[in-house]
Amino acid sequence: MTSFRGRILAGALTLVATAALAACGSKTTDAASGTGVSADVSGDTVKVGLLNSLSGTMAISEVTVRDSIMLAVEEINAAGGVLGKKIQPVSEDGASDWPTFAEKAEKLISQDRVAAVFGCWTSASRKAVKPVFERNKALLFYPVQYEGLEQSPYIFYTGATTNQQIVPGLDYLKAQGKKSVYLVGSDYVFPRTANKIIKAYAEANGMTVLGEDYAPLGSTEFGTIVNKVRSSKADAVFNTLNGDSNVAFFKEYTSAGLTAESMPVVSVSIAEEEVKGIGTQYLTGQLTAWNYYQTTPGAANEKFVAAYKAKYGAEKPTSDPMEAAYVAVHLWKAMVEKAGSFDVEQVRAAAGGITFEAPEGTVTVDGPTQHIAKTARIGRIGADGLITEVWNSGQPITPDPYLKSYPWASGLS
Amino acid sequence: MTVLFGQLFTGVSIGAVLLLIALGLALTFGQMNVINMAHGEFIMAGAYTTYVLQQTITGAGWSLLVALPVAFVVAGTMGVLLEVLLIRRLYARPLDTLLVTWGVSLILQQLARDVFGSPNVQTRAPDLLTGNIALPGGLTVATNRLFILTLAVAAVVALTLALRLTPLGRRIRAVVQNRDLAAVSGIATARVDRTTFFIGSGLAGLAGVALTLLGPIGPTMGTNLIIDAFLVVVVGGIGQLKGSVIVAFALGVLQATGEYLTTLSVAKVLVFVAIVAFLQWRPQGLFTLRTRSLA
Repeated sequence: MTSFRGRILAGALTLVATAALAACGSKTTDAASGTGVSADVSGDTVKVGLLNSLSGTMAISEVTVRDSIMLAVEEINAAGGVLGKKIQPVSEDGASDWPTFAEKAEKLISQDRVAAVFGCWTSASRKAVKPVFERNKALLFYPVQYEGLEQSPYIFYTGATTNQQIVPGLDYLKAQGKKSVYLVGSDYVFPRTANKIIKAYAEANGMTVLGEDYAPLGSTEFGTIVNKVRSSKADAVFNTLNGDSNVAFFKEYTSAGLTAESMPVVSVSIAEEEVKGIGTQYLTGQLTAWNYYQTTPGAANEKFVAAYKAKYGAEKPTSDPMEAAYVAVHLWKAMVEKAGSFDVEQVRAAAGGITFEAPEGTVTVDGPTQHIAKTARIGRIGADGLITEVWNSGQPITPDPYLKSYPWASGLS
Repeated sequence: MTVLFGQLFTGVSIGAVLLLIALGLALTFGQMNVINMAHGEFIMAGAYTTYVLQQTITGAGWSLLVALPVAFVVAGTMGVLLEVLLIRRLYARPLDTLLVTWGVSLILQQLARDVFGSPNVQTRAPDLLTGNIALPGGLTVATNRLFILTLAVAAVVALTLALRLTPLGRRIRAVVQNRDLAAVSGIATARVDRTTFFIGSGLAGLAGVALTLLGPIGPTMGTNLIIDAFLVVVVGGIGQLKGSVIVAFALGVLQATGEYLTTLSVAKVLVFVAIVAFLQWRPQGLFTLRTRSLA
């Protein structure tokens, strides 16, 4: 009886493995020649690709980025398009699965022949598509804060790099007199690299890291991690969890009796949209580090928030990655118009120094790094689910993805 | 001391979640020998039932209480439908059952995506279940986990009593021990199978309600848990409940301890290694049911 059962289970595993292999085998390799596929701009429209997770654990965050890109595309089309051509968006679902991202990127570039792709959220998905864009010499606009230490010639990074988000976050904690931190993150490249940077910072600034723990992406069991965090008696927690693991983490955190007063959590991947999903009852008073909040003052932001709510509903909040994605489309338009061409190399050459009156304030493209100068902002989550700024860097911070201007970071890159 | 207690409690509560999920499987897989790959989707159905009820009934506390019986019936009914429409025709063909129910599980996942949307959703927990109870000596117990533990224990007690004391339980045990003899003794085995499947699937629905207190609700939430639940039943021994109960809590504590000493991923590996080693030593599981059946 038992051995029969064993055979059945073995059979099931073989089946699953076969299905997985079949999925791998079906990947298109049309553009493997390495010469690059030029965008199709022959008609009176130009296609751009949207690559976001519309399903799976990351959908909580990435769907809003897609919505925001669509808003920017509509605005540009209403104002006459780019170089006289209307933008035609092509949306693909990365499904929170990194090989799928690579497959869909290949499809957008070689089948749809898009002029640029906007999207990706997790660094794991960006790392998965990076070789695809480099091989095809195609452009990706990546709109999310990330761990730095990267500079691909075919990626524009419109979210924050570490010196525009994590380092200011740590500076803020230090200024508040926090001497010890506990690091909690999802188990993939962004949190691990970010925590490496945090540990180097802590060592140079007299802070102690009392522990670091990682949970697989999508994990919902945080009993042990929260128990460890609580018993560490750290002054603060630095949270690099992504996706809806945050829901389980903060439910557990609150159940354990920990609050923003007793042990504040600084999160770098929780924006207005996630706050709504996690539930404000678990988050009130906790801190976030970003470059933009819905409450950020300024005419450009008022216009952006109003347009977004008019299109998607008054209860929909705007957030930093959405803003960065919105800015990315407008920056691409400005680059194309300055270059006078959709050609990738000419667009790249034209990029440096381009500015845009973004909702977060004026942003400037840094030519050599293809990152963007942004103002860092620390915010506190309110009971209404919105985040209000408690500190900002005063002026845009020049991107420094390899942290070359920070002596303590010399061993990292 | 507080850490040790906290970890022990975490382990026990992981065990309670495992137990709630495995209990239904212990009936359908353990007693009826049906490998139901769609069991995880019944958990999902229970969780979404809670979500839907919370949209209609205001007040997180009431909707949770109402969700318990409703989710049981919803998941149970889905189980009966599956049994009547498909599994009943495949009783002698376990491999086919596995394939068919796996297909059903994929269909149900896509259905959930179409109905509720791809992004995961959340429910609000009642205020009573978001805090903790302070015990003497600085120890604390999270109320949501205490609730799940209570639910799991209540389900085990109710199920054990039902199997021991009620005529229905007697019939179920008779069919498990010797189907042919039960049939010639006048027991309607087909009806007993259907009832067993209703209860087993209903328990999965209860597990779904409990899980909404811990994390998000999504189309694939069931698949993530179903492997662990199968392991609990296999290691516990087929055909009875007490093995599953012991193994669920043992695996929970092992997982929590491993997690504390190493990391979450390594702990998972340790648990699997322990299971493989255990099954080498006792391939029949912790306990075995002695029957006169020749099967």
